[in-house]
Formats: sequence, structure tokens, C-alpha cells
Amino acid sequence: MMTTLIHQSAAELLGLLNAGQATSAELTRAYLARIDAVDGKVRAFLRVDPSAALARAEEIDARRKSDKPLGRLAGLPVAVKDLLCTTGEPTTCASRMLENFRPPYDATVVQRLKAADAVLIGRTNMDEFAMGGSNENSAFFPTRNPWDTTRIPGGSSGGAAACVAARMAPLSVGSDTGGSIRCPAALCGVSGLKPTYGRVSRYGLVAFASSLDQIGPLAGSAEDCALLLEVLAGHDPKDSTSVDRPVPDYSRTVTEPLKNLRIGWVREHFGEGLDAEVEKAVREAIRGYQSQGATVKELSLPHGKYAVATYYIIAPCEASSNLARYDGVHFGHRTDEKAMVAELEAQRKDLHQRGDQKALDDLDNALIRMYRRSRAEGFGPEVKRRIMLGTYALSAGYYDAYYKKALQVRRLIRRDFDEAFKEVDLIVGPVTPSPAYKIGEKIGNPLEMYLYDLYTVSTNLAGIAGMSIPCGLSSTGLPIGLHLQAPPFEEDRLLRGAAMFQQATDWHTRQPEI
Amino acid sequence: MPEPYTVVIGLEVHVQLLTESKLFCGCSTRFGSAPNTQTCPVCIGMPGSLPVMNRRAVELALRTAVALNCEIPHFTKWDRKNYYYPDLPKGYQISQYDLPLSRDGWLEIMVSPLPSGEGPGVRADVLEEGPHPNPLRAPTEGWSGEGTSSTKRIGIIRAHLEEDAGKSMHDEAAGKGDSRIDLNRTGTPLLEIVSQPDLRSPEEAKTYLTELKLLLNYLGVSDCNMQEGSLRVDANVNLHINVAEKGTAPEKGIVPLLLRGQSPFPAAEGIIATPIVEVKNMNSFRAVERALAYEAQRQYREYQETGRKLGEAPKSTRGWDEASQTTRLQRSKEESSDYRYFPDPDLAPVIVTEEEIEQIRADLGELPAALRTRLEQTYGITPYDSDVLVNQGRPLVDYYIELAEACGDGKLASNWVQQSVLRTLNERQIGIAQFPVRPAALAELLSVVKSGKLETVRARDVLQAMLETGKSAAEAMQALGIVEVDDAAVEALCRELLDANPKIVAEVQAGKEKGVGMLIGQAKRKNPNLNAARFRETCLKLIQGMN
Repeated sequence: MMTTLIHQSAAELLGLLNAGQATSAELTRAYLARIDAVDGKVRAFLRVDPSAALARAEEIDARRKSDKPLGRLAGLPVAVKDLLCTTGEPTTCASRMLENFRPPYDATVVQRLKAADAVLIGRTNMDEFAMGGSNENSAFFPTRNPWDTTRIPGGSSGGAAACVAARMAPLSVGSDTGGSIRCPAALCGVSGLKPTYGRVSRYGLVAFASSLDQIGPLAGSAEDCALLLEVLAGHDPKDSTSVDRPVPDYSRTVTEPLKNLRIGWVREHFGEGLDAEVEKAVREAIRGYQSQGATVKELSLPHGKYAVATYYIIAPCEASSNLARYDGVHFGHRTDEKAMVAELEAQRKDLHQRGDQKALDDLDNALIRMYRRSRAEGFGPEVKRRIMLGTYALSAGYYDAYYKKALQVRRLIRRDFDEAFKEVDLIVGPVTPSPAYKIGEKIGNPLEMYLYDLYTVSTNLAGIAGMSIPCGLSSTGLPIGLHLQAPPFEEDRLLRGAAMFQQATDWHTRQPEI
Repeated sequence: MPEPYTVVIGLEVHVQLLTESKLFCGCSTRFGSAPNTQTCPVCIGMPGSLPVMNRRAVELALRTAVALNCEIPHFTKWDRKNYYYPDLPKGYQISQYDLPLSRDGWLEIMVSPLPSGEGPGVRADVLEEGPHPNPLRAPTEGWSGEGTSSTKRIGIIRAHLEEDAGKSMHDEAAGKGDSRIDLNRTGTPLLEIVSQPDLRSPEEAKTYLTELKLLLNYLGVSDCNMQEGSLRVDANVNLHINVAEKGTAPEKGIVPLLLRGQSPFPAAEGIIATPIVEVKNMNSFRAVERALAYEAQRQYREYQETGRKLGEAPKSTRGWDEASQTTRLQRSKEESSDYRYFPDPDLAPVIVTEEEIEQIRADLGELPAALRTRLEQTYGITPYDSDVLVNQGRPLVDYYIELAEACGDGKLASNWVQQSVLRTLNERQIGIAQFPVRPAALAELLSVVKSGKLETVRARDVLQAMLETGKSAAEAMQALGIVEVDDAAVEALCRELLDANPKIVAEVQAGKEKGVGMLIGQAKRKNPNLNAARFRETCLKLIQGMN
């Protein structure tokens, strides 16, 4: 029973719950047992609270038994990326900085999950502050790819993708700033959707880059993503960038194939740097659509070549400002003040004795020293790198050359998409240049890591919707993702396009042996 | 002897707007609550929280900007000003940088004419090449009116909205003790109003502030309480020193043009500008006046000692020290504060339509300058009187108007409001709303005064009784035993006293009418209700009849 439960889709599980053929407690126990069994190898979760999850499941079961009204996800376990604020629970962003942060409020998305009667089963690992594409930047430990635990699961929502791939949760919530849902979904062989900017409230999502961040679902299939997105999406008066548009019933329409579908593939995405096996799988997928009656068109997104550069200006600039609040005064880790003050005094005394007035003048005051120390100790190297990049780019004299220019290019990138979507309904292509690489393989080369985002960052810069679904396995048995992109607020089209592919293929049903 | 320099002053005024809630969250803006009780995840910058703009604050800001004759762009946005300070929990302040919600306006102030021109070169610069693109401003620039009541337009560079920071409370015990942070104020809407450096004396600066405060009061946008910090003033000041007059050869090209944050006046030939100093820490308008006066003298002294000119020393910041009545250096190094401004991605830009601006203009109500003119024209009072009345705020003016209408004598009403009413308000430390005698009741009293049946001195007693007992004028007069003395009684009293004082009668007959005055006191003692003028008149008539 237990093994069969965890291998079913969320939609199927919901059917069992509604039909009284399974209880939420059984389900939750099954997933908790699976976590127990495999997470030692995968390390997708930063924290799991089995008793709280079970208590919640039992409470939902009791309500179901007494025919009380239940939410959309009643009794289904959902994993949450550890950057969504949850009242009274640690929300660490996988950073030493926020190791002890317990927000006094719920993110809107967490509120919605609670209102939908989801069972929040655990908090997933990630790159620190969502900065990274490999999960190696977690301050606590790297998550491993369930298909090959010597490899990265992708990032930054690596834990979110890995826990679905290893069947430790049927549904999982991640966030995507430059590919952080789609990249790990691709590398772990699951389905993951980055909604249109403004579709899901960001209130309570600890910000990395405010104009790019978007919360979205990861699951075993497009159908399950539809179910979860339906709960996550919607206007929120607490987020001025959330858009007031009705949320379609994604899960009702997701299985309806798209008629007269026009798909486009981008010439520039099939050039140098793309792994041959990935290219083969993606071209195969395109042929699959063709055989389902879709017309295929070759496209150009001429400004796409600037996307990575543009992204690595805008995202760090916003991050440098968003992360300024972690200074040890109000939020985040504070250095050991006693030791710091003692050290400062000793330095002052020493300089005084040596009569070095200049060094004395330059010596930090206690507040500045506290800021420096706290931030130096609290942030990991990648976060520091991006804060420095952003601080530099926003500095007087550089703003026009970097940030302002990047905003201009960003508009051109969006315009490319607007033009392209006049001719096609969906744009398809690779998600990542290659399947999952080895842990540690690129850690010394940040630029190479940044280039790994090259197919996904444009979606965020343009603010449109994008999705990754499994479309093959490499010769070494690693998942390959297919990237689908749709115009703003066409998540319904995206999900139906993905479901269409999944109706004709079984890549999304493949599961790693772990 | 006039000073050999012109003081050039620009003011930055921060006013807290009278909104119920903060600029980007629903927390109360009330002053004086226990520390950190008016906070929420948004205003304390809790990770994950997001700002939502308070429309009311924007409305109040626009209302002020329109009243300050500013241009209102149709597109304005929010920017982040990044800096680290313990009372700034997000590490940035949400403000407006390159596209403020208003710019290029002016405020008219009344000034006393300058003794001997206002300093060489400066005014001409403004007139001919002032950096003001606002066409509304240029043609009317400068002086208008004559004699004692000249007006002058002070340019407003911009007025923009931003969020206030929290308050730091430092333990002064040297190096010991913790600093405490109160975040109740964090996120309160602040309107920053930046003037052109058009002010030419500390007195003018004070006048500008007084007029600005009055305008804000009339608009109902701020309570402008300096003690509670709802109005704060920083000043930028430097001198334009006339070196030509002293016989020195005029130096050429000595003043760099328009450096950021510096005086936009290129000083003319023969004029040397001193380095600009920002003065902070001034807790009253009087402190502003004194600090600027002190600073002008200090800069002149410093120039004489060092010869340092604008551009040769970085802009410095000095704090006014109330105790020593001096300014003290706070920051001299050019700590090139780079705020790394960029548009706040959490907030949408604000679009202001022409219709909205017109609506705001239509709803402005009567502003102080227009109200003064109306009072003068409608009620025949002097500019001085209208100024005194209008400066007391709209509720008092409304009281005055009601009184003037009811008693039919604007001048009389003005005198009574300025003397008896204002004195009582002062004594009792109350506002006009709490003044117990309503205009209609006071008008009843004034009508009696106007008819000549009651003398001013007695009428004041009546008002005092009305204030104390709440009685009407008639009732109070009755209670005081004030009844009109009829002609027969007046005449009888006159005869009685004239009979008893033949010497005075003789004096009057000899042409010294003054003598009758000596009888008035006696008459009043016999009958306090007696009208002195009528008594005197009757006496004179009787004496004439005796001839």
C-alpha cells in the first residue's frame, strides 16, 4: 500500500482521499517513511516535522469524516522551499544569516496552502537566498540528484525538485528568478512551472530579485502542476506587483489538448554549447508535437544573447538592496559583540601605542565593525559575490552604463517574445545546456555556472510563463528537460501543451532508483 | 552699515503628512505611543514583506504641490535610497529620486524692503538666467508691491514623498550603554519640500517657514509640530561676498558653475561665493533664524581668515547647538554618500491624470494669500489686520467672518477678535473652537457698542461676564446692571454736577472745554452706566445755554 501510494500522482491521491480509499494520515505516513528511507542520500529537506505533519493530516481526516468543508488540496502533502515565511517556523533561505529567523507571519502562498488544507510536510533545501543553479550554495549541505547522487539536482529549488523526483512529496513549491524552478525540474526529471510575473503573490517570499522572483509548482506531471498552481495563483492586495486577473480552473482544462497548436523553436538555442544528447531529445520532442498535429516554426530571439549579461546586472542590483537588511541590527546573524568590541579595543590600543594616527582614524567604529563582521560571517561566497556585483553596478557613475542599460535591453528581450508570440503559441527548446553535472565540477567557475542559465533567464526578464517537463534520458541515465514558454498569463496554454506531450510520452513517469 | 555680502539660503523642509496610516502599510502614525508598538512586518522591513502605497498620502502630497504652484508630472515613481543606519531596518529608504511627484513651484512671502538693494549681482542673475524652466515663475519673479508690504516669490525646486526612518535613542554615557531604536515612526509619510536658494536673510528664511507652515495648516495636510518632529528644517547657506566694493580687482571665473547640491547662482564678477554649509538640528523657526545669522557671520569670518571659496572645500554639515547658540561641525570629509538610487521594483509607478490634478486644484479651498486679499476687500481691514487674522488659521478667520457679517462692521470685528478674543485664547490656551462665545453672541454685544450705547471698556466687562457665565450680551449687561441712562437722567446729573462746580463752568465758558473731563469721573461714580461722551456733550450744551 505504502509504496503504491507514493508512486501515484497528486490527482490520483486526491481521488483516493475523496473516495475514502485512503486517509491523509496514511498518505502522510507513507511520505514520511519514504523521507526516512531515502532523504539520507538525497538531502532534499532542511527540516521535516513528522508529528506536526501527522497531526495536521489527522485533523483534516477528522474534518473529512464529519463532512466539514475542505480545501482544494485537502490532505495532500506539499513540500515548501525554505524561503517562504511561515509563522513561528524557521525560514532560513539556506543561509547562516537567517538560521534563527522565525517570521511572525505567513507568506500569502503559505496562507493559501493552509487554507487549501495541504499538509506541509517539510522545508526544502536550496541555494542560499536562491542564488545558484546547483544547490551547492546551501549553507547547510548540498542536495543530491536522486538519479545520481554524485550529481547536482540543479537549483536554486534543488530540494523542491529532488523531493518530487525521489517521491518524498507529491507536490512541491519552489521559486524561480532566472530558472530556479525549471532548471532543477529538468535535471531531476520532474515538471515545474514558472508563472507569469504577477500571477502568484510574492508577499512573504524572502526576496532575491524582486522584479524577477516568482513562486511556482513542481510536481510529477503537468496535471499535478495545474492542481497546485490553481491554489497558489491569484491577486494579493499585499503585493503591488501581483495582477488582478481571475485564475482559470487549470486542473479542469489541463487534459484538453491544444488544437491547431503552433510551436516555435529558437535558432539561437541550438548552437554552440548545447549537449548533443539534450539537442537530440529536444528535437525529438518537437517532432512529437508535430506528429500530434502541431505546426513548427523556426524563430529568432535576437536579443537573447544579451540575456545572461542583463540578468547578472539586474538580479544582483536588486539583491544588493534586498539583502541590505541583514546587517545584524534587526535581522539576521549578529557577530559575537563582546569579542568584536574587545578586538576593536585591542586594535585601538595597539595603534595608539604605535602612534599610527592614520590607521586609528581609519579604524571602524563599533557599529560599522558589527555590520562588516555580521555580514561576513552570515553570507556565503556566492551571495557576497552578487551583493558586490550589484553594489558596484548601482554605484554613482556606473548606474547608466549597467543598470539602466540592462533595463533597456530587458525591454528589447520582452519585445522579441511579443513578436515571436504573434506567430506561435508556444516556444520550445532546451532548459539546460547539459544534463546534471557532478557536484563540485563547476564550483570554482562562477561564470560557467551563470552561463548554465542561458535558456531560462529570458523568461524571467520578459516576465512571461515558462515550464520544464521531462523529455528524455541521457545515455548515462540522466533526465533531460523540455522548455516550454508561453505569453503572459497563458499558464493554461502552457499546462495543456505540457500535458499533451505527457499524454503521448512516458518520460514524466520514469522514476530514479534510489 | 550694510554687510559686504549677501546671504544665500535654501531650505529643505520635511513635513509628516496627516494620514491615519503609514506610507506603505496599515500601521498607525500616531505620535507618542510606547516604543515599537506601531509596527508590522512591512514597516520594519521583515524579510519577505512588501510595501503597498497609501493613496491618501499621495493625495495630500499632490494637494500641497498644487498649492505650491508646482508642475505635476503625469508619471512619477518610487526609488530606493540605499544606506545603512540602525533606524533604517530595510537598509534602504523608499523615496523619489529623478522623477519626483512635483517640481518647479513657488511660494509667495511678504518681506520688508531691503535697505540698499539686496546685494550685488545676485538678483540680476535670477532675473536673467535663473535656472527655472517654469514659465509661471519667471515673469513674476522678484519684487511686487510697494512700500512696507512687498511680496517675493521663493522658488520650490521640488516636493517629493518618502518614508520616514525610525528614531535612535543614544545613551550619551561615553561609549557605554546601548542605543535604542523605536520604529513607530518608520514608514510615516514625509513630504520633502526643497526651496531654491532664493532666501536672502535669516529673517526671510523665517518668514518663508512661517508662510509655508500656514499654507500646510490651511491645506490640512500636516500639523507641522516641530516639537513632535512633524516639521523639520535643514538649511543650505553660503555667502556671496562683494570683493569689488572693497577695492580689490574682480577675480574672474572663480566660481564653478552648478555643482550638484550647490547654489545654482553663478556669482557675478567681483563676487565670491563661500563654500556651502548644510545646517541641521534646528528645533524651532527662531532657532533657524539664529543659526543662519550665526552661520553667515561665521562664514564671513572664515572667509576672511582662510580665503576659501566655493569649490575649494567640500560641502560640510554643521549642527545648531541651542545651548551655546553656535553651529558645530558634524561632518567635513566628503563622505561621498553614494545612495545607489534605483527604481523600487516592489512598487508600481504612479500615474497622475490631468483630471486628478484639476480635481485637486478645485478642492484646494481658499489659501492664505487669497484669503488676506478677500478680507481686506470685503471687510475694509488693513493688510496688517488681515495678516494677523489669517495667520491664526482658518477656523479663526471663519469666526471673524461670521462676526463681521453679523455685526456689520469688519473693522470693529477685527479689533475685537485681535484684542479680546485672541487674548482669551492665549490666556486659556484654547483654540477658537473652544471659545465659549459664538460669533452671533459677540455680534450682539458689538452692535450695542456700535450704536454708541455702550463704551468699549464696559463692553469688555460684558464680554468677560459672557465668558464666565455663558450669558447672552443682554443678560450679561443686565446682570452687571448696565441699563441705558435716558436723556432726562443724563441732563439731571449734568445740572447737579455743574451746579456744584461753578469753577469748571467758568473755565469752559472761557474756552477751556477740557475742564468738563474732570466731571466725568465724578459722574461715573454716581452712575456707572453713564455714557461719558453723552455726558460731556450734554454738559457743554448746558453750559452754552447758561450764557
